[in-house]
Amino acid sequence: MHRTAGASVTGPSGFTPQCPAPLADHPSVLLAHGGGGTLTRQLIERMFLPSFDNPFLAERHDGAVLQIDGARLAFTTDSYVVRPAFFPGGDIGSLAVNGTVNDLAMCGARPLYLSAGLILEEGFPMRDLERVVDSMRLAAEQAGVSLVTGDTKVVDRGSGDGVFINTSGIGAVRGDRPVGPASVRAEDRVVVSGDLGRHGIAVMSIREGLALEEPIESDTVALAEPVMALIDSGVQVHCLRDLTRGGLATALVEIALASGLEINIDEARVPVASGVRGMCEILGFDPLYVANEGRFVAFVPPAALEPCLEILRSHPQTRLSRCIGTVREAERSGVTARTVIGGERVLDLLSGEQLPRIC
Amino acid sequence: MKFVDEYRDPGAARDCAAAIERIVTREWTLMEICGGQTHAIVKFGIDQLLPPRVNLVHGPGCPVCVTPVGVIDKAIEIAAHSGVILASFGDMARVPGSTTSLLAAKAEGADLRLVYSPLEAVEIARTNPAREVVFFAVGFETTAPATAMAAYRARADKLENFSLLVAHVLVPPAMEAILSSSENRVQGFLAAGHVCTVMGYAAYRPIARRYQVPVVVTGFEPLDILQGVYLSLRQLEAGRAEVENQYARSVRPTGNDPAQRMIREVFEVVPRRWRGIGEIPASGLGLAPAYRGLDAEIRFGCAVDREPQATPCISARVLQGIARPTDCSAFGDRCTPERPLGAPMVSSEGACAAYYRHRHRLRAESPGCTAPRAPA
Amino acid sequence: MCLAVPGKVLSLAGDDPLTRTARVAFAGVVKETNLAFAPEAKTGDYVLVHAGFAIAVLDEIRAEQTLAALRAIGQVDTPSEPGA
Repeated sequence: MHRTAGASVTGPSGFTPQCPAPLADHPSVLLAHGGGGTLTRQLIERMFLPSFDNPFLAERHDGAVLQIDGARLAFTTDSYVVRPAFFPGGDIGSLAVNGTVNDLAMCGARPLYLSAGLILEEGFPMRDLERVVDSMRLAAEQAGVSLVTGDTKVVDRGSGDGVFINTSGIGAVRGDRPVGPASVRAEDRVVVSGDLGRHGIAVMSIREGLALEEPIESDTVALAEPVMALIDSGVQVHCLRDLTRGGLATALVEIALASGLEINIDEARVPVASGVRGMCEILGFDPLYVANEGRFVAFVPPAALEPCLEILRSHPQTRLSRCIGTVREAERSGVTARTVIGGERVLDLLSGEQLPRIC
Repeated sequence: MKFVDEYRDPGAARDCAAAIERIVTREWTLMEICGGQTHAIVKFGIDQLLPPRVNLVHGPGCPVCVTPVGVIDKAIEIAAHSGVILASFGDMARVPGSTTSLLAAKAEGADLRLVYSPLEAVEIARTNPAREVVFFAVGFETTAPATAMAAYRARADKLENFSLLVAHVLVPPAMEAILSSSENRVQGFLAAGHVCTVMGYAAYRPIARRYQVPVVVTGFEPLDILQGVYLSLRQLEAGRAEVENQYARSVRPTGNDPAQRMIREVFEVVPRRWRGIGEIPASGLGLAPAYRGLDAEIRFGCAVDREPQATPCISARVLQGIARPTDCSAFGDRCTPERPLGAPMVSSEGACAAYYRHRHRLRAESPGCTAPRAPA
Repeated sequence: MCLAVPGKVLSLAGDDPLTRTARVAFAGVVKETNLAFAPEAKTGDYVLVHAGFAIAVLDEIRAEQTLAALRAIGQVDTPSEPGA
């Protein structure tokens, strides 16, 4: 699918730099083309969509929903190239399973079967590989999915970064209403499933050796259970989107643009853990743009808000769910945030990743 | 967070904005010097709380905006040497030089390391003795002591593979350059609270007197900025032009003595070229003679400044508050956040980038309106 | 320019005035900070940190005065002074 990488080389808020220059001006691929911001969007719109033009791709959701002999299946794929491979709260193995499980869940599907493609660099420690595989096994078990097919390739030393993993997944779509940006309506409420930014900060603090004495753990987790509970309860859900690279702001902007509506959020209501907030203050980051791997937003009609919150809050993965905003009609789609002091600001796609500032 | 949250109280912000509204009798233009304050203004939507008669102009207090193209080119040139590690603050990574940026140079293979403190660059040099490590030292008086400490340590420890590309600048000479322009429209300044934390504010008294402008040393939280605006306007309305200190919890009149001593130990005052403004006498810090051995421009043979190339970019006039971004022929066409010609289009709070975003929204909401008031 | 963040000094380490450090807490984050430019900082103080260095010990009394001045500004027709 168009989401080229769940936890990219450059964990969304990573230090690894991203260039803001656009595709058209670039004879070669830049890191930012995989960064989830404006350049990724351009790559999709100018190269992938025209090349593979079909109605499933045009949906631009986290996965495709396919009708096959009467069965409605969700199908998705994602590649994982996170550095470092091990970080507080998880590793590339759990990430690769959870990410794809979550993409299926965001299609309103119960995740069933996964494939795994491992690209290993010559010299990668066997012990580390065992850790990664064990972590995949555990994550699959917890998410209730089976890893049913796979592939292994080894590349020359220097041609990889230890381990890359691709996972694809198939799930059975539940409920009969389509879940996606096209179903979002004015007056929908925006629910976020937990506090933001843990994954991006966790990965970055390790990668850059930031001298933090209390590590912040990644939020990586499979979200299928609470999402299935929500769908199976019959509560009306218009759209689900997991927050990965680019954070909450990027996901909201994409949904606003895809639905042609305006989303207003209240920043004071957006939950951010104090450690994440501290790191963001120190580095000059905006938590709304920092990466997550176990959070999603749900768009629900006003009447469904309370039941939706009640169900989500009864699951540990989504215990901190809360409503942070509203959708409205507007001549121009986009996202605005009411700031903590009562001002307003526009949220946009980033032209590249956030970089630490001292200024 | 103590010393942060209490300055973000929405009720107090509303009250302060209302107080500003009450005391303003005519149109005024204030400049916040510091890019950090600009960032807060955009991030918190502070300008939208102010009455329309109060204009905030974003000043040149951001190294992203004022570091000359030629210096960025030098950093890129040095980074291209084989074996060199270039350490830089993240701020500078995306800033366009004449043909490319440090980030693009990294994509081409340069070893760029983004650091949070200059001491990290020293540490990189220590742990990579076979590599030349160059710290790209940009910033204002606030950052100068940290850079100076890195140079001091490297020299004391005889760290021979460490050098600095120094582009440090000073605030008061830039204020004078703005005020002495015949087109100046700035009537009062919010001085940069963190610069003053290091340097104190004695240097602003002659400026306030000579040019008859209020100068209010101001902090960085929303309430700090609103109070700084209030105090400036109260002076303007009363016909006063004094130096006041809104940020007294951090700023002492004479500043930070050990930090100033470290600056004097390592640096001397030099003329500097500012991107878009041109050369301003005595407006920068360069390595003092005892520290020239750490000068990357000498070590890598790039001490000669190249002439800046002609460009349609009018960022100089934008930075001085004389022109609006939309006055530029390249705005939104040849110059966008994805492909910036000038520095104010680079960072999200840069005047041009902020205009670009707002224009895109406002155009649809109110056809014909291409010049939003905020952010000005 | 010049992002600087206030944090609380948890503990001090070292004797050399140029390399003394403190463990400083910013919300939930603890970070080592150089004290060369804030030699007077004590455990429990709040320091303002920029680029790895404490550049000021924050003055709680003056901070309170500033907030009081802000409250006074908010009250109609009450003249006020800044915390200085």
